[in-house]
Amino acid sequence: MWNTIFPYLLSGISVGGQYALIAIGYTMVYGILRLINFAHGDVFMVAGIIMVYIAASGLPLWVSVPLVLIITAAVGFVIERVAYKPLRSAPRMSVMISAIGVSYTLQNLVLYITGGLNKQYPAIPGISESIQIGGATTKVVTVVTPVLVILLVVALVLLINRTKIGMAMRAVSKDFETAQLMGIKINSVISTTFVIGSFLAGVGSVLYFTNYPTVIQTSGAMPGLKAFVAAVFGGIGSIPGAVIGAFIIGIMENLIKGLDIILFKAGLVTKPLGLAIFSDAFTFALLIIILVVKPTGLFGEKTTDKV
Amino acid sequence: MSEMNIQTVADMETGGVPVLKLEHLTMQFGGVIAVNDFSMHIDQGEIVALIGPNGAGKTTAFNCVTSVYQPTGGRVFFQDQEIGSSRLHQSPDRITRLGIARTFQNIRLFSGMTVFENVMTAMHLRRKSNLFTQLLHLNAEEEKKNRAKAWKLLETVGLTDVAEESATSLPYGKQRLLEIARALATDPSLLLLDEPAAGMNPQETDELGQFIVRIKDEFNLTVFMIEHHMNLVMDISDRIYVLDFGKPIANGTPEEVQQNPVVIAAYLGVEEE
Amino acid sequence: MKAKSKTPAILTWLVIAVIYVAVFVAEQLLPPSSMLFTVLKKGATYALVAVSMNLLNGFTGIFSLGQAGFMLIGAYVYGIFTIPVADRPVVYQYYDGGAIQFTVPVIAALILAGLAAAFFAFLIGLPVLRLKSDYLAIATLGFAEIMRVLIQWNPMGPITNGANMLRLFPNFNDFNLRDASGNVTLYLSTLVPFLIAGVCIGLIVLLLNSGYGRALKAIRDDEIAAEAMGVNLAHHKRLAFCISSFFAGIGGAMLAMYQTTVQAKFFTTAMTYEILLIVVIGGVGSVTGSVLSSFLFVAASEWWLRFLDEKQMIGNFEVPLLRNGFRLVVFSIIIMVVVLFFRRGIMGTRELPDLFRKKRKEGAVK
Repeated sequence: MWNTIFPYLLSGISVGGQYALIAIGYTMVYGILRLINFAHGDVFMVAGIIMVYIAASGLPLWVSVPLVLIITAAVGFVIERVAYKPLRSAPRMSVMISAIGVSYTLQNLVLYITGGLNKQYPAIPGISESIQIGGATTKVVTVVTPVLVILLVVALVLLINRTKIGMAMRAVSKDFETAQLMGIKINSVISTTFVIGSFLAGVGSVLYFTNYPTVIQTSGAMPGLKAFVAAVFGGIGSIPGAVIGAFIIGIMENLIKGLDIILFKAGLVTKPLGLAIFSDAFTFALLIIILVVKPTGLFGEKTTDKV
Repeated sequence: MSEMNIQTVADMETGGVPVLKLEHLTMQFGGVIAVNDFSMHIDQGEIVALIGPNGAGKTTAFNCVTSVYQPTGGRVFFQDQEIGSSRLHQSPDRITRLGIARTFQNIRLFSGMTVFENVMTAMHLRRKSNLFTQLLHLNAEEEKKNRAKAWKLLETVGLTDVAEESATSLPYGKQRLLEIARALATDPSLLLLDEPAAGMNPQETDELGQFIVRIKDEFNLTVFMIEHHMNLVMDISDRIYVLDFGKPIANGTPEEVQQNPVVIAAYLGVEEE
Repeated sequence: MKAKSKTPAILTWLVIAVIYVAVFVAEQLLPPSSMLFTVLKKGATYALVAVSMNLLNGFTGIFSLGQAGFMLIGAYVYGIFTIPVADRPVVYQYYDGGAIQFTVPVIAALILAGLAAAFFAFLIGLPVLRLKSDYLAIATLGFAEIMRVLIQWNPMGPITNGANMLRLFPNFNDFNLRDASGNVTLYLSTLVPFLIAGVCIGLIVLLLNSGYGRALKAIRDDEIAAEAMGVNLAHHKRLAFCISSFFAGIGGAMLAMYQTTVQAKFFTTAMTYEILLIVVIGGVGSVTGSVLSSFLFVAASEWWLRFLDEKQMIGNFEVPLLRNGFRLVVFSIIIMVVVLFFRRGIMGTRELPDLFRKKRKEGAVK
């Protein structure tokens, strides 16, 4: 029984970690701008495409990976400046629509560049190799992901709690207007948030596409939505919440992928029910349940609207 | 006089059922007690003012009456019917349906509509027609009556000349009048006015006072208002309640309140700040 | 009371009548394969869906992204109840001809499509409509994704045909009148979708102009004031959500007729986004804008901008950049420009009759 479940658990932890890196970007941006950045999943996809093209140019790995991360961070910066900053005083719906517009634009740009074809993601020495753990065959990236996620989250939490820019971020997320009146440079705080979020999405993309090695313009949509759900699950605005939410969602969806086999091996069913296709739907069902039962998520703070 | 006992005055009913009665109303937000053990009553046909320094909890008391907030303690009665308490909460639209209408301190007109439409919207709740009769225009009679009534209300407040203009394009004073017209369109028996004279000059304030008395008689209303313009309050109120830091500190006729040392202290204290 | 001028209303009716007559005449005269009819049919379909979305997002202030999900329900209900019994063994070849062995008339199937979508809207609306704007957006989007998966689930196959497509149901071309030998005597394949969309949009306009419509706009403008004026928020939001979904369901059924086939995997979030962008381009809060923008969007993407996707030679010079996908890039840029710099879209909140009115004072238009 354990041997049946273990591989699913393993890939759940791995993909959960990758979702976590995307989810942090969502939760930070929402914390500060109260904006669901619908384009964030597409930034993650763009990072994948950039890697495909940079690797094809033959640059060595120690150059190409950092380059991808820098370009991705720059993409995040530019998106914020072009599409969100001009709408700072506009109704929230306008900004959300702009985010959807950016998502649409990024997907179409990639469609144009790639011709809408699946692009093979390059193998990355060090994490693409297969290994055996507890009787299951997997890639090194599966093991590397959770470790890397924890390291990055610790670094990020330190940044937010110990540095000046981190303090500014916390101030802005608590009270946008007051922070502005106190002389905090809102725009640079927001830009930093987008740069960090996009950078982490870039790291996530390197790990994710090593596991699922083709990239197409729509590759970012689903992981993006799931990462958002993870952020809501954990309590939007809370970084540890987003990470824990992402791991839970990653593990659950992989267990559902294997549910037919697990149930069969356990002797509970005699023929497959085709439950695997619900691995995506489950995430959204979970979302609706959380929003209804506990809209503030696991670790979210309660906010009240002033009448 | 200075020994005035708030509780006994509030409980002293002057015959008939009070239109509005608050019993030990308390509203607590986290550690802040915005309204603290406030008891009062208003009788049919009275104009009663609620005054007090800024942040005294006046608007919070209004919000408890209109069910925007659910009180954390005490009870609210409307014509002897309990309408709110820490155990009883109904949505604000039900309170309006019972016959309590209000205006807002920070004007809340429907910005996407004309002046006329703002008033029409407030008549929605009294319609007898349903979705289907409305879609098929089987309610022409009712629609005609409503339009005539809305027009009459605009005449009452003197806004017919701007009926087709966007509500939020009006000057401040006219927006406040429109809020009153809109509130009247819900057919209230109790009208709550939250700082109706805010932003008006002395002459406009004076006219507003006469206007409030006029609509009170014309529409058979009872009026409960929050107001800072003391001239207006003293001119038209039958009785006054004073709140300070959420607690009722005095009540009585305008003359009584004016001479009450506790009230004077509360106001002077504020002005020194 | 001031008497309103009747002229704008008369002119509006005149414009609508001219459009319908023109569609009818064009259909009799031009070859049926003309690109114009593709655009008109798909445009009418999208117009209905866009207006139904505008009813929620623009007029009630509910930011819903579930449109594709409700269209999906409508499209499937229409297909399921209209595929001729004789054709079912072919269509449902993996499910022994399917579980349902009867059909209903097209018009009844359209209404059923709307009712089914409205029913699901009612169910999902109970929990979801209490949420704040952006959470509501993501929850409705999630609902659409769940529906898409549920329909493709194998055990649903006898009803939905699983992941396989539904086809052979009556489509727009079946509205053409034919003589005994099968030759078309009267072309109606464009006029009928225009009529369906026209009636539905007409009903939405009637709703918007009724007391209920004012209540919805009141909710959009200020929820607290609306409640204080006696508007029951929960009731009216649910009403708007169900009505919007009803028409999205009918729009879905029309899309099925237009495409002649239906497959769940095409009703993606991207479809919802596209409709939302149409609404934004037309003007959030303008029915006329949504209709205009739907036709413009479809015409541009299916017809006028098609050349951007192919190599073009001017003499011996090959125009750079033009290849597959460039059209969508141009589109994206147009959309971003509208979103960022022309937020009011084509129409703002104005409607057709407003165009015939003498200019109102500036404030009145806002």
